[in-house]
Amino acid sequence: MSAPQSLFEKIWSSHVIHDYGGGYALLHIDRDIMHDLIGEFVFKPLDEERRTMPHPELAFATMDHGIETTPGRGDETRIPGGEVGVRALRRKSKEHGVTLFDIGDVRQGIVHVVTPENGIALPGSTLVCCDSHTCTVGGVGALTWGIGASEFQHVLATQTLVMEKPRTMRVTFSGAVPEGVTPKDMILYVIGHVGAKAGNGFAIEYAGEAVRALPVEGRLTLCNMSIEMAARYGTVAADDVTFEYLHGREFAPKDALWDRAVEHWRTLPSDDGAQFDREVAIDAGAITPQVTWGTSPAHVAGIGERVPDPASAPDADVRASWVRALEYTGLTPGDALEGTAIDAAFIGSCTNSRLSDLRRAARVVKGGKVASSLRRAWVVPGSGQVKRDAEAEGLDRIFLDAGFEWREPGCSLCVSLGGDRFEPRERVLSTTNRNFENRQGPGARTHLASPETVAASALKGAIADSRKLGH
Amino acid sequence: MEKFTRLTGVAVPLMQPNIDTDAITPGRFLTMTMAAGKASFGASLFADWRFDSNDEPKPDFVLNDPAYDGAAILVAGDNFGCGSSREHAVWGLAAYGIRCVIAPSFGEIFYNNCFVNGLLPVSFAGEQVQAIADQLSAGTGGRSMTIDLEAQKITRPDGSELAFEIDAARREALLEGLDAIGMTLKLADEIAAFQAEDRERRPWIYL
Repeated sequence: MSAPQSLFEKIWSSHVIHDYGGGYALLHIDRDIMHDLIGEFVFKPLDEERRTMPHPELAFATMDHGIETTPGRGDETRIPGGEVGVRALRRKSKEHGVTLFDIGDVRQGIVHVVTPENGIALPGSTLVCCDSHTCTVGGVGALTWGIGASEFQHVLATQTLVMEKPRTMRVTFSGAVPEGVTPKDMILYVIGHVGAKAGNGFAIEYAGEAVRALPVEGRLTLCNMSIEMAARYGTVAADDVTFEYLHGREFAPKDALWDRAVEHWRTLPSDDGAQFDREVAIDAGAITPQVTWGTSPAHVAGIGERVPDPASAPDADVRASWVRALEYTGLTPGDALEGTAIDAAFIGSCTNSRLSDLRRAARVVKGGKVASSLRRAWVVPGSGQVKRDAEAEGLDRIFLDAGFEWREPGCSLCVSLGGDRFEPRERVLSTTNRNFENRQGPGARTHLASPETVAASALKGAIADSRKLGH
Repeated sequence: MEKFTRLTGVAVPLMQPNIDTDAITPGRFLTMTMAAGKASFGASLFADWRFDSNDEPKPDFVLNDPAYDGAAILVAGDNFGCGSSREHAVWGLAAYGIRCVIAPSFGEIFYNNCFVNGLLPVSFAGEQVQAIADQLSAGTGGRSMTIDLEAQKITRPDGSELAFEIDAARREALLEGLDAIGMTLKLADEIAAFQAEDRERRPWIYL
């Protein structure tokens, strides 16, 4: 009998075409995904070097990063040059025979929302995209990771990539999360626990009862922020929940092929006794709704906690980073997070823009009004399909009646690409994944939280605990 | 790919940990210079740290210190280049003139992006990197360093040498300026054989 293997090990070894030694291997890439920001940069050199794409049928493209999310949008962007990327991706996708989810297509949306939603990302597969949050899609039991434009050209031209094998880490959540605690809180809690660089060099598998209990959308949220602890890969083993989610989706296998695929997928979860280079144990019952207070996702605390004092930092480097972070976010050590006044609220991004996210936010918002002190409150669904489904349930009315804007799908204010941005010193409660300095606009102060927390805070005009609103 | 063999130049310390690629190349520049090409990303390097809201240089940011004019080497804190996969961050460093970054560790995507752009990332233990940064800040030994990839060693501002580790294949690719795609295409038969076998095993993958 062979040694017990992890999910990661099984996927990795089944994709090795050539072993270079020294931990490097040539891997087969099953799916390569493009977006509007990168089409120009990957296709132009490819064409100039007269390379061909052997497998355009394994490539997909969508418009998400630079496009407008204003209702009635076209190709034009307020971002200088944004439409260049949009048109280049459209032209090149057509020339090379790549399936494109264009503006107006119900399948268009944030890349990491649309690849699971359309059955493009499958258990046991490898998938790459020029975006660090590609780790999101590991939530369906795949090995998926972000790469740069040059490496992406390599994939287009060869359907392979040279990769260094990472070490493995398993994060096990034992027990169940308390009521009102979401996948976003689970992952923020882990990052706060292990730090922003703990995952460097690792592929993470999330496991345990609290993960098994999550629907696929929640698993995607969990895997999404693996990169915020510097891990390129995050995975959750596929199970019946995953199969039910994928069944019938456009690019998922059908009929007899589906049955055969499921049979194979059932062999992929980590074997009992599989070894990991690092194990992290998390007591799910101890997790509370999380809110960041600084400029790294690791600068996070429970919503009922206070802004930490740099004097209590574990070492000088951390102390210096806390001091700098608090200077940027304009908070004072000892301040209660709850009750801190905010200027704007944003619900969206590859972390939290799926139907389940919008449903949970809408439950909090229903019947309430966005505080008059807020300058902006946006809801940006992750895809055309999410938007359509949400509207069929009347979620758009709930948000609009409360005073939120209900917009078209895209990455939007998760990253300030120049079109939309928050203003200097504006305090934003955001369901996104990065609270880096200047990320949502020069000087903008981002606090990361769950859709429920952002919704409750938008109504209150201050950081608020959704559990106290009686929903 | 651009070769990297040996480099002597001014080194600049920027020691805070977790410098993310949003800081290196802010998002709003990702499309602005798309048409102008990679070389134009030098102007936006560390834009929010280098310039104020009127586009005036901030005097307290180290790259605006005349002592580091023409810097070719960046000495940085832990987890440098974490965050977004944007290769624009490496293009920005390269266009500014940085050909080598020394740090205790790097964001993995950034690390790979360096090699494909002829930029050398070098790792040392945190205390060693801090000691180099301290020498640079003091400036007593000058601010020039030499990075010798062939010999796998650096010469610090005080003249002392320090050997570094690097994967042999990556080293060779940089020294020779090898074309990664061309190298892989030499394995076309192996790739085809893998796909033929894999198509039997996992036919649902091959659309």
